[in-house]
Amino acid sequence: MGTGTEIGRVRGLGSAKEGAHHWWIQRLTAGSNLLLMLWFLFSLLRLPHYDHATIMAWLSEPLAAIPMILLVLSVFWHFRLGLQVVIEDYQHGESRVVMLVLLNFYTIAMAAFAIFAILKIAFTGGAV
Amino acid sequence: MSSSNRQRPLSPHLSIWRWGPGMATSILHRATGTGMATVGAVLLVWWLAAAASGEAAYGEFLDIFTYKSGALNIVGYIFGIGLTLTFFQHMSSGIRHFFLDAGANYELKGNKMSAQATWVAAIVLTILFWGYLIGVKG
Repeated sequence: MGTGTEIGRVRGLGSAKEGAHHWWIQRLTAGSNLLLMLWFLFSLLRLPHYDHATIMAWLSEPLAAIPMILLVLSVFWHFRLGLQVVIEDYQHGESRVVMLVLLNFYTIAMAAFAIFAILKIAFTGGAV
Repeated sequence: MSSSNRQRPLSPHLSIWRWGPGMATSILHRATGTGMATVGAVLLVWWLAAAASGEAAYGEFLDIFTYKSGALNIVGYIFGIGLTLTFFQHMSSGIRHFFLDAGANYELKGNKMSAQATWVAAIVLTILFWGYLIGVKG
């Protein structure tokens, strides 16, 4: 924090100055997760069947595809922040850095897969 | 704790503790979050990718969790009920966190009760969800 020693400040040690932003985005996405996940679960309950045609018809509607993309963005951002704290708590030294890099790769790759799949269904699903 | 001649005294209470509702709910929040971020996220992406790939890929996904009739098999029930219970626990504990963030609910009795309430809410919401899915929709 700001009360570190002079040499500590020179070396750039101490707070990374990103804690408040991390905390706030965690809460912001927690709120949007709550809304979007409840929408998702209610939508699943309201589907008449769970076969391929039903899912395609549902996700090809803009009012299903758009919240679904928002859900992926919100949930994945939220769990990236959460898993970062878990890794920082239990991993130290080299393995912490490696796992934090892998966490970023994992989250972004998974989100890209999910959003591409939703967009593909949204843009082509109606034709099936 | 050994009473060795250290220069700084060691805190004597660190190994003396027992489970309480507060710490159980706290670690459950972390465990459920980690579980959904890994198992839940992989299943969500797999489900979406299978649906986008076509009927054959979606059929392969469904075959793991359902019988040919479309009813859930044991794997489907384990993952389905497991993930919904996990989600509802994380959700109710997360709502409790909003109150804690606002500086409320730190009184010992109320804090303990709200920690226990997250478990009740998670179980009740899971029962309602599956009760509707199986009982009402059939």
